[in-house]
Amino acid sequence: MSPRPVIDVSALPNSEFGHRGLIWWGTVGFMVIEGSMFVIALVVYFYLRLNVEEWPPGLPDPDPSYGTANLILVLVSLVPAVVSKRAAEAFQLERARVWLLVLVLMGLASVVLRAFEYPALNCRWDDNAYASMVWVLLSMHTIHVSTDVVDSVVLLVMAWMKPMTRKRFVDLSENSLYWYFIVAWWIPIYLVIYFAPRLL
Amino acid sequence: MSGDGSPLELTEDTALAGELARAWYVPRGIVGWFSVVDHRTIGKRYIVTAFGFFIIAGILAGLMRIQLAVPNNHFLGPDLYNQVFTTHGTMMMFLFAVPIMEALGVYLVPLMIGARNIAFPRLNTFSYFVYLFGGVMLTATMLLNTAPDVGWFAYVPLAGPDFSPGKRADFWAQLITFTEVSGLAVAVELVATIFKTRAPGMSLNRMPLFVWSMLVTAFMVIFAMPSVVTSSTFLLLDRLVGTHFYNPAEGGDALLWQHLFWFFGHPEVYIIFVPALGIVSSIVTTFTRRPVFGYTAMVLSLVATGFIGFGLWVHHMFATGLPQLGLTYFTAASMIIAIPSGVQIFCWIASLWRGRPRMETPLLFVMGFIAIFVLGGLSGVTLASLPFDLQVHDTYYVVAHFHYVLIGGALFPLLGGIFYWFPKMTGRMLSDRLGRTTFWVLFAGFNTTFFPMHIVGIEGMPRRVYTYPAELGWGTLNLVSSTGAILLVLGGILLLYNIVRSSIAGVAAPSNPWGADTLEWSVSSPPPVYNFLYVPVVEGRNALWDRADDPPIVTGIRSDCREVLVTTVMDATPSNKCSYPEPSIWPFLCAVVTSACFIGSIFTPWALPVAILPLTITLIGWFWPKDERSDSSTARARERSEAA
Repeated sequence: MSPRPVIDVSALPNSEFGHRGLIWWGTVGFMVIEGSMFVIALVVYFYLRLNVEEWPPGLPDPDPSYGTANLILVLVSLVPAVVSKRAAEAFQLERARVWLLVLVLMGLASVVLRAFEYPALNCRWDDNAYASMVWVLLSMHTIHVSTDVVDSVVLLVMAWMKPMTRKRFVDLSENSLYWYFIVAWWIPIYLVIYFAPRLL
Repeated sequence: MSGDGSPLELTEDTALAGELARAWYVPRGIVGWFSVVDHRTIGKRYIVTAFGFFIIAGILAGLMRIQLAVPNNHFLGPDLYNQVFTTHGTMMMFLFAVPIMEALGVYLVPLMIGARNIAFPRLNTFSYFVYLFGGVMLTATMLLNTAPDVGWFAYVPLAGPDFSPGKRADFWAQLITFTEVSGLAVAVELVATIFKTRAPGMSLNRMPLFVWSMLVTAFMVIFAMPSVVTSSTFLLLDRLVGTHFYNPAEGGDALLWQHLFWFFGHPEVYIIFVPALGIVSSIVTTFTRRPVFGYTAMVLSLVATGFIGFGLWVHHMFATGLPQLGLTYFTAASMIIAIPSGVQIFCWIASLWRGRPRMETPLLFVMGFIAIFVLGGLSGVTLASLPFDLQVHDTYYVVAHFHYVLIGGALFPLLGGIFYWFPKMTGRMLSDRLGRTTFWVLFAGFNTTFFPMHIVGIEGMPRRVYTYPAELGWGTLNLVSSTGAILLVLGGILLLYNIVRSSIAGVAAPSNPWGADTLEWSVSSPPPVYNFLYVPVVEGRNALWDRADDPPIVTGIRSDCREVLVTTVMDATPSNKCSYPEPSIWPFLCAVVTSACFIGSIFTPWALPVAILPLTITLIGWFWPKDERSDSSTARARERSEAA
C-alpha cells in the first residue's frame, strides 16, 4: 500500500484574500455573532416600546447632532477603508498603510465624538428601561469602534515591520471588511436611537 | 499509511515523519502545558474537564435523590437544596453537555476531514481556559455556600435585584458569559475548519455524518448563543448598575427574559442532541459494515432540525398567558420537529435491518439510545399539546421528559462514542465485557430513576421542592427513583474503573480496530502530532472503504513548518495554503485576564475599564508575528510591494 501522489499544490499561494482564505471565515463568523447581538438588542428596543404609552417614557428626545456628525464621519471613513483594502490586495504597502493611518485617525475621532453623544441621549441608564436600552445600544457600538481602532493601530505598527508577509496584507484587507461591518451597523442603530423616539 | 513499501520509501517516510513531528511539536514543561495549540491535546482536556464537571453535577443529583427518597426529609435544607438543583442543572447544561459535544468536534473533526489541526488553534486554547475558569468559579461558589439558587434558567423577577440580593444570581449570569465565549469561539473554529480545510475530494456530499452534525451544531451555537449572552448581560446590568430591562415598574418586562432565554434555550437542546445523532450515525455505519441508509435524508433532517429548533421556544412559556393564536403555532412547530428526528430513527433502523450488526458495546449504547429516546420523544409530543402542558407544567413529568431526551438522546450516544473513539484517543481498547455490564446497569438504573417521575408528575408533584408530606403518597415512587440513582452511580463507577484500568493496562489498539470507514481510523492510535503523514485525497463517501490500495495523496505542502492546505467550500478542491501558529502562552494569559475581568465585574463595573490595558497587551502578544518562515510567498509579496 504505497501512496500515489495525484495533486501537487506547491504552486498555490500561502494566504488568500476574501472567502478563498481562512481569515475571512473567522472574521465573518464573529461578524455574524456580533450582528446577531445587535439584532437582538434592536428587537428588545421595540419590544420594550410595547409596554408604555409614551416613548420615550417621561424623558426628552435624544439630541441627534453629535450622532449625525458621527454618522457622516464614519461614512466618510469608508473611503480610507476601501482604498486601504484595495491597496493591500494589490500589495501596495505604502498606499495601504497611509490610508490605514487615515482610517485610524478617523476612528479615533469617532470615539471622541461618542463622549459627546452620551450626554446628548438626554437620559441616564438607570432612569427607566428605555434609557437602559439606548445606553446599551450606544455602548455596544462604541465597544466595536474602539476595538477596531486598537486592532488597526496594531496592524499599522506591524505594517512597518519586516518582512511584510502576504498574510499581513490579508490581515489589512480583512480589517477593512470588519470596519465596513461596524459602519453598516451604525446606520440602523443611529436611526433607532435618535429617530425612533420621534416616530413611535 | 504507507508503511510497507520499498526500503527507499520507508526511509523517505521516516524522514518526512521526523520533519513533520518537529514542525508540529507539542511543547513540554509547565509553560509548555499552558501553550499547547494542537486540537488533540485541547480536545482531550476539554473531554476530561467536562467529565469532571459531569461527576460533580452527578454527585449533586445524588444528594437530591437522598433528600427526596423519603417524605419530610431534612438531609438538605431548602436553601442548600435550591443551590444544589440550580448548580446541578447549570453544570450539566453549560459545563458538561454542550462543551463535551464541542470537545468531541475539536478532537475528531480535523481527523475526520484529513486536516492537521483545527482552524484558529490559539483561539481554541483560549476557549478551553475560559471554559475551565468559568467551571472552577461555579464549583467554588458551591463550596462557599454562594452558589446560584434561582434555577438553571434563572427567571426574573426571582433572579432580579429585588428578590435575589447577594451575589448568587450574578455568579450564574457570569458563568453564562464564560461558557458562551468559549462555545462561540469553538463554533467559529469548527465552521472554518469544516468549510475550508477538508481534504481534497471530500465534497460536502461526501462528508461524514458526524462532521455534518458538528457543522449544524456550530451554526446553531452561532445563532442561538448571542441571545443568552445579551439576556444574561442585561440581567447583570440590572443587578449591578441599576438598569431596568426586567423591571416592570420602570417600563421593563419580566417575560422578556423568558423570550430571550428560551430563544437560546430551546436550540440549546438541539445543540446537545444533534452531535449525538452524528455519533449514532458513525457507530451504526461501522457496526453494520455498510454505508448508512438514506445519507441525503439524514443530512436534510439534520439541517431541518437546525432550522426548526429555532421556532419552538415559546413552548417553554405555555403557562405565561401569551395570546392563544401564537401558542397554537408553537404547538404545531413543536410537533413538526418530530418528523426529522423520526426520519433519522427510521434510517438507522433500516441500516441495522439491512446490515449484519455486530452487537459490541458502542452499538449497545446506540440501541439503548433508540429505546429511551423514542420514549422521551413521545412524552415530548404530549407536552407540545397546550392543555396537557398546562396540567403538568413545572411537575416531575417535565423532569422525566427532559431526562429521557437528554440522557437517552445525548448521554447514551456519547458513552457509545467514548467506547468507540477511546482506542483512537489513547491507543488502548476499553474492556468490552465491562462495557456491556456498564450499559445494562446504566440502562436499568436510568429507567428505574426516571420512569416513576412521569407518574409522580401526573400525580402533581412539583419540581424544585426540597421535600413533600407523606400524606400525598409520593413516597414509594420517590424511593424507587432514589434506588435507581444508586444503580446509576454504580454504572458511573464501573465506567470510570474501565477507563482507568484500560488506560494503564488495556489491550493496545490498532489503527482501525472496528473496521470503520472514516479518515481518523487511517492513522495510528493515538494519532501522531501532525495527524496525517500525507494529506489524503478522498474518493468516496466512506473514505477508507472506498479507497484504492495505493491511496491517492497531495504533495507540495511544506513539512518543515505548520503549513496546511485550504480548499473550496463545496467541492474541497485545493485553493491556497495557510500557516498555522506555533504554540504560545499568550492565549492562556488572555484567558486569565478575561476571566479576572468577568469575575471582577460581578462586584464592580470598574473591572471592565481596568481590564482593557492588560487585555490589549495579551491580545497583541497573541497576534504578534514571530515565525515567518512558513510564509513561502513573503519575498514575492515584498518584491511586488516595492515594485509598486
